[in-house]
Amino acid sequence: MTLLLASFDPPYWLSTLIKVVVVSAVVPTTALILGMVFLFKIMSWMQSRLGPQEAGPRGTLQLLADGVKFLQKEDIAPNGADRWVFKVAPLVVLMSTLLLYVALPASMRLVVADLDVGVFFVLAISSLSVIGVLMAGWASANKYSLMGALRAAGQLIAYELPMVLAVVGVVIQAGTMSLNGIVFAQADGAIFGWGGIGNPYILTQFVGFFIFIAAVQAELTQPPFDMPVAESEIVSGYQVEYTGFRFLIFFLAEFATAFAFAAIAAVLFLGGWAVPWLPTSSDWYYVLGPIVLFAKVMMVAFIIFWVRFTYPRFREDQLQSLAWKVLIPLALVNIVVTAALKVVL
Amino acid sequence: MPPKPKVPGLIKGLGVTFGEMVKTLKDGPQTTRYPHEREEVAPRARGVIALHEENCTSCMLCARECPDWCIFIEAHKYLAPPRREGGKPRQKNELDRFDIDFSLCMYCGICVEVCPFDALFWSPEHEYSEVRIADLLHDKSRLDQWMQTVPEFEPYEAGADAKVKKVPR
Repeated sequence: MTLLLASFDPPYWLSTLIKVVVVSAVVPTTALILGMVFLFKIMSWMQSRLGPQEAGPRGTLQLLADGVKFLQKEDIAPNGADRWVFKVAPLVVLMSTLLLYVALPASMRLVVADLDVGVFFVLAISSLSVIGVLMAGWASANKYSLMGALRAAGQLIAYELPMVLAVVGVVIQAGTMSLNGIVFAQADGAIFGWGGIGNPYILTQFVGFFIFIAAVQAELTQPPFDMPVAESEIVSGYQVEYTGFRFLIFFLAEFATAFAFAAIAAVLFLGGWAVPWLPTSSDWYYVLGPIVLFAKVMMVAFIIFWVRFTYPRFREDQLQSLAWKVLIPLALVNIVVTAALKVVL
Repeated sequence: MPPKPKVPGLIKGLGVTFGEMVKTLKDGPQTTRYPHEREEVAPRARGVIALHEENCTSCMLCARECPDWCIFIEAHKYLAPPRREGGKPRQKNELDRFDIDFSLCMYCGICVEVCPFDALFWSPEHEYSEVRIADLLHDKSRLDQWMQTVPEFEPYEAGADAKVKKVPR
């Protein structure tokens, strides 16, 4: 079967169609999986509860039921809203999420577009969602929405920097910006001449990994960085006025982005789809690659959501000073040290 | 300044949530799956109000103190035979109606507190929902049945002066 997949070379229109279908099927599925496993189950266990139990076997279909519920709701736009912008905003956020998946490699050839500047593309596209958030906040004609959107803009831009700087260390060490190239560099790498497990960059770039995870947390506006959607003070920030399907899109985009960022972290720091003892040219990766990547993604996502369920919210000034005074200088030092060691070794 | 903790609070917090997850998976959660399992309420839980009819003198204190006016009392006077030979016949109150409307009741317990003759008690029984709201009006025979579910009072702490009250049966 793997050989069959390897020799499969469809014409352009067919491969494009397959890619569109796969991405649009994978994105909601990943959001459902993360929501189900982490938001419902792991969070419940951490709070000594069982979570949803009634919908489907052991409550596994609860999110589908919730989705159907959202679809039944009326699509309301407030009276003073800028209708067109209001309605398009969630789609802009979703678009940035969908585009994130374009560059994610699930194996050497199982990738929608293997870009030479994959890292750059991913980081640039992920910050597009800020525009959608600002549009949502501004068009809602609601004070709380606007406050939330401005907070989101300030936070996302502030944490964009440490995120990019954290990744630069990996790029320097790998010598390439292609996501597949980084996977190869880790799989073929060696730790002081020993290549038993390749060289996953979490060992050398653990500072970068820490900064990246913290920045991802902020980019997803999750606790402890959830000032933009803080329930207790600005109700739900830019999502206040959204109902039904458009709210569902925001929700979907948030969790699909969480999955995408976890996948990026897995590719950059944990060796992506590669397994140490199997050479990267093996045909087995057509089947094994996605499974390995998924397992690593779940590991990273567990860290992200574990932090989410543990810490209380930052105050706005603490949040900004953490980014500018701690994470960015730390990332810069990390870059300097990495570059120096790269030249020396 | 409080002393510096040995483990930083941030890491300790992660340990707490992780430990709780392991505990839930190993020993089960703190919650009960209510409609499937019977829930164990606290022994002094305020489920329903029970009436011990013999103790009631229809003094109306409970009905007057009730913030929701959900207690309805009607009574008439009658002459009971004298206790001793040649005595005066005693005037007594006979309860005709003692209803509590649990659709109005807010379970504040003032009636139980205020009753001077220990006729009202809390019972932890709480499964008496009805399809029709009018059926939540419990009359005195229904309230009397709840007396069987009233638990005995718990003993006070050691050294307490007050005597533990007995529940009349």
